[in-house]
Parts: sequence; structure tokens; C-alpha cells
Amino acid sequence: MSTNLRIALRFLTARRKAMVMSLACITLGVGLFVVTQATTTGFERFFIKTIVGTNGAIRIEDRIQETLRTMEAERGSDASGFVVEVKEGRKYIQGIQDPALLIAAVQRFANVSGTSEVLYGSVEMRSSFKNEAARVYGIHLDDHLQVSDLGRQIVRGDLADFRLTPAGTLVGIKLAERLQLEVGDSFQLQAGGEVRRYRVSAIFETGVGDIDKDRLFLHLGEARSLLRRPTGASFIQVNVVDRDRATQDAAHMEAVLGHSASSWQERERTWLDVFRALRLSTSITVSVFTLIAGIAMYNTLALVVMEKTKDIAILRSMGYTRRDVTRIFLWQAAMVLAAGAVLGCGLGAGVTYGVSLMRIRIRGIFTADHFIVAWSVWHYLAAVAISVVMVMAASLLPARRAARLEPGDIIRGTAQ
Amino acid sequence: MSPAGARPLGDPVLRCEDLHRSLGQGEGRVHVLRGVSFAARRGEVYAMVGPSGCGKSTLLYLLGLLDVPDRGEIWIDGQRMSRDDDAARTAARCRHLGFVFQFHFLLLEFTALENVMLPMRKLGRWGPSEMQDRAHALLASVGLASKTHRLGNQLSGGEQQRVAIARALANEPSILLADEPTGNLDVRNSAMVFELLTGLARKNGQAIVVVTHNPELAARCDHTLPMRDGLFLT
Ligand SMILES: Nc1ncnc2c1ncn2[C@@H]1O[C@H](COP(=O)(O)OP(=O)(O)O)[C@@H](O)[C@H]1O
Ligand SMILES: [Mg+2]
Repeated sequence: MSTNLRIALRFLTARRKAMVMSLACITLGVGLFVVTQATTTGFERFFIKTIVGTNGAIRIEDRIQETLRTMEAERGSDASGFVVEVKEGRKYIQGIQDPALLIAAVQRFANVSGTSEVLYGSVEMRSSFKNEAARVYGIHLDDHLQVSDLGRQIVRGDLADFRLTPAGTLVGIKLAERLQLEVGDSFQLQAGGEVRRYRVSAIFETGVGDIDKDRLFLHLGEARSLLRRPTGASFIQVNVVDRDRATQDAAHMEAVLGHSASSWQERERTWLDVFRALRLSTSITVSVFTLIAGIAMYNTLALVVMEKTKDIAILRSMGYTRRDVTRIFLWQAAMVLAAGAVLGCGLGAGVTYGVSLMRIRIRGIFTADHFIVAWSVWHYLAAVAISVVMVMAASLLPARRAARLEPGDIIRGTAQ
Repeated sequence: MSPAGARPLGDPVLRCEDLHRSLGQGEGRVHVLRGVSFAARRGEVYAMVGPSGCGKSTLLYLLGLLDVPDRGEIWIDGQRMSRDDDAARTAARCRHLGFVFQFHFLLLEFTALENVMLPMRKLGRWGPSEMQDRAHALLASVGLASKTHRLGNQLSGGEQQRVAIARALANEPSILLADEPTGNLDVRNSAMVFELLTGLARKNGQAIVVVTHNPELAARCDHTLPMRDGLFLT
């Protein structure tokens, strides 16, 4: 053990109560930071999992056609004015005319892990109980299972039944509840003049209220004849291996394929921003504890320096340097900090676990029945890093002041 | 008292010339040292005597490199130290100088043994077990062999002062400076501490400068340096 550390250890005991106060603040600061990060990140990740599992990582829709005006602008102006004018000069042609061709092109992207052709349209849904407006989504089941969590979202009934039954449907849970439909019940769908009879094969729950209340899945062929759309698709839902790269991939696809492509990050920007703001504001709030820990440490060390001026003079007279004195005081802070960090991480992990057992009912943007927490080593590292910066910065001042003390002044008795 | 001439004289290990030092601020500033010159040789004991406030402590702190003179020079082992920076003076304190202050000034959270080891740890000349052995031997030589593991605040004033002497001798300094080391001790204790200090230093061949108010003790030193108003009277 270094001599400075040894001396620091003994000095620590001189102001035990004050040091324990600092320790408690550091522990609380680190612990609460971890807990808030764990819960906000937990809910955020769950939200992302829900939206990606429902509407997919990337959605490719309408065709984009550059208009004549744009082309002129492109030729006539320099590069800086060009982007805006492209936007103005864009024309969207609804839907996808040749889905097979587009899918073949999309699958050449390295990050793409699955594609599903979807045709949707508005219908009226009629049960013996009442009528509701709904949206049908025509899919190839196996393709769609590759780009969504539909398989895991089934709450009643059986996917196999849907696969084997041409008139089978998958109905959103809220929609089923409104129409008082159960698995096995039949109902009618009306689109235009067409009325057809279908059966509930299974009921799904995505957790997103807006989806669960008006969506039902049909086999693509059935959807085509019901909606009288023998060719084309409304959109292609794409799954990717690395979902964090979805935005770049979407931009790339848009440029290459001439169709609008939107990533989950773009589609859900509002909610994602809400989560980010929430995470930031809670961490700022909780960092106040760490700030208090820094102030407490400053006060404690200033007290110890005052109490130990004679000892400092003695050490200096024996040949201990100014740097030794600084280190003796920084070591004290570092030891309390280390203990606080360890205790704080323990506290954080314990409370996070406790919170994860708490029941809370959340409906709307996703469905959860208990607190959702994320376990990430980064939360702990960030919490410790913040406390290290705050506490060590606060300790530097008294430690420096101790180092500046002149041994002659102290022994003569004139040092304040 | 043995005459100075009877001893083999080498070059002075400690020398100062024309030292000036003023203390205090503004109106209250006092010209404490008014051109002090002095030299000390190994194995000799110098007693500095004089009325309170004449500048003895001020001179001792300057000689001990704990303070910087306004004017004048200090040499230690032939090397001029008075104008050196803090780092160099700190290193010289560690290697060449031992201090005994008027008040015991032990680190009270440390045992007697640890107090004696502190200067050695900084010097780094000896290994851990050697430092332990040396500290034990030094404490034994001041009669505290049985109290090595007492904390500073579990020792009496006289005992603390003896630990301080052992500590001052720990790094085998060539110069020992003691500011009224017996000032707050009773007669029996002060005689004992004084004997220890001078005996050990003579044995080890160190130069000793000791400030004392006790004429009896001063008379037992090799040299007496009477001081008045910031100057030696000789
Ligand atoms: N900080 C200070 N400011 C002003 N005067 C001081 C200060 N410290 C000491 N003195 C004065 O310096 C003189 C010498 O003090 P000192 O060296 O301690 O005397 P001694 O040790 O001989 O009793 C005294 O007159 C004292 O009043
Ligand atoms: Mg004095």
C-alpha cells in the first residue's frame, strides 16, 4: 500500500460522520441514477420491440416520381439549392405496382432479413352484435411472421387454423371485443358492394391500442378478391438484422428503389423523442444527489484539511511534497467514492429488481402489466462516471488548498 | 562543557549568512531577523538562547528550510538551498534535516512505531522490514521499546516528545533542529529528553541546534548562542 494511501486511510477516520454523509449521498446518487435509467430504458426498449414487432423495421410504400420541374432545377442550379427543390418536385404514386420485382430488389440489401407483401383496405365488419369500421391486411402468413412478432401476439386461438382455413382471419383483440367475437365465430366483411363471410381463427394483441381496435389479417388472395385489387400491394414490410441501421437502409432503399421507405425511427419519432426527453430529465433530476454528494465531499475534506493542518505541516517538514499532500486528500475522496460506487451499484441493482416486480397497468402505446426494466452495464458505468467527475472535481479544491499550506506558517501558528 | 577546539573540525554541515526575515503584514510588519550568520559542524551541539520573541524559532524554521529568508543565504552540506524551489527544499528536508518542535506534533492516529516510520517511508532508502527494525531500535533508544504500538494520543507529553526525537533521527539526518524540545515538560522529563537528544546526536555525529530557555541545559552544550532582537550577541 502506498504511504499516501495509508495516511489517507487514517485521516478518513477523523471525520467519520461527515464522511458517512458523503458516502450516503454518493450511494443514493449512483443507485437512483441506475434505477431511473433501468426503468426509462426498459419501457423505451419495450416500446421499440412492440412497434418493430408490429409494423416492422422498414416500410416501403408509394413510388416516388421526380417531376419535370425538379429535373430542370437539378440541371440549372448548384448542389445546395437542389435538395429542397427535389422535395417540392416530388410526386407520390400510391402503392406498389410490381411487388415481386421490388421484393427481389429489397432482398439484395445485406441487412434485410425478411420481407412481406401487404395489401390493406378499409372495410365494414359485421357481427351479429354490431358493425364496426376495420382495416384488413392481406398477407402471406409465413412471410409476415418473418417481419413481425405476430406469432407471439396471438392471445387466443391458433395460427395453424388460420394457415389451413382460406376464410380464416386473425382479429385484433379490441376489435373482437367490440364485436363480441370469439375464436370460431363467423362474421361478414363488406368492401364496396362485396360482402363475404369469414371465421375468427385467432385473436391477437399487439399492445398498441390503435392497432388492436381496427386491424384484422386475411390471406392475401382473399384480400385481393374482397378489395378487388388483383395485382399490386399497399406496402412491403421489411425486417432487418441490425435494427439500429434501419434509417440508413431506408434512405438507401429510397434512393435505389424509387419508392418511399420509412424506418421505425422515423415513423415513431414523436414517441422516441418523448422517451429520450424522459430519460434525460430523470437523469438530470437524480444527478442532483450526486451534486450534493460532491458538495458534501467538498465540505468534509475542507473540514479535514482544517483539522489536519498541523499534521500536514509535520508531513511537509519530514519531506512529504505538495503533491503527496494533494494525493492524501484525493485518496480520501477516492476511497469514499469507491465505497459509494459499489454500494450505489448494489442499491441500484436491488431497487431495479424490486421495481421490476411492481405491478403497473399500461395500455395505449404498448401493453404492460408490471414495470419493465432494462439491465445494462452502461447504466452502472454512467452512474459511476458521473459521481467520479462530480466528487473528484469537488475534492480537488480542498486538496489543492491543503497542498498550498506553508509548513512554516502553520508551525508558527499563523495559518488560518 | 567540552571546548569546540578539542573536536575534529570538518566543513560546517549547516551555514547561513546575513539572514533577514520580516513577519506580519503592513503596519504590523516586524523585522525579526536582522542579518544572522552562523555555522554548525557535525557532532557539535549548539544551544540558542534568548528572550521570548527575539527570533529563535524564526531562525530555526529558516535553517530547516520550512521558510524562505527575505535576504541572505543558507548552505546545507555545502549546497546553497535558500533560493531553491519548494521541491528541492522538500527533498533536502527529507534527506538532511530532522525536526523536533516545541509541541510534540505526532500524528495522533498513528502508533509510535508508524510515526517513526513515516520519514523513512518517504525517503525510501530502506525496505519494509528494515524500516520496522530501525523504528523499533530508535524507540528502544529513547526508552519506549514497550510502547511502540501505542497510538500518539495514548502517550504522555514526555513520551510523545521522545517519539518525536526518534522520528527526527529516523532518516539519519546530518542536522537536527529542536525548538524548545523540553519547553512543556517537567524538570525530570526535560533533563531526560535533553540527554537523549544530545547523546544520540553526538553518537551519530550530527549537528544539533537546540533552542532552550533553561540555562542549565544550555550550559551542557558545546556552544551557546545568545540572541537579542534578531541578532547573535557574539
Ligand atoms: N505572523 C507574524 N506576524 C508578525 N509578527 C510575528 C509573526 N510571527 C512571529 N512574529 C514576531 O516575530 C518575533 C520572533 O518570533 P519567534 O521567532 O517565534 O521568537 P522566539 O522563538 O524567539 O520566541 C516575535 O516578536 C513575534 O511577535
Ligand atoms: Mg519560539
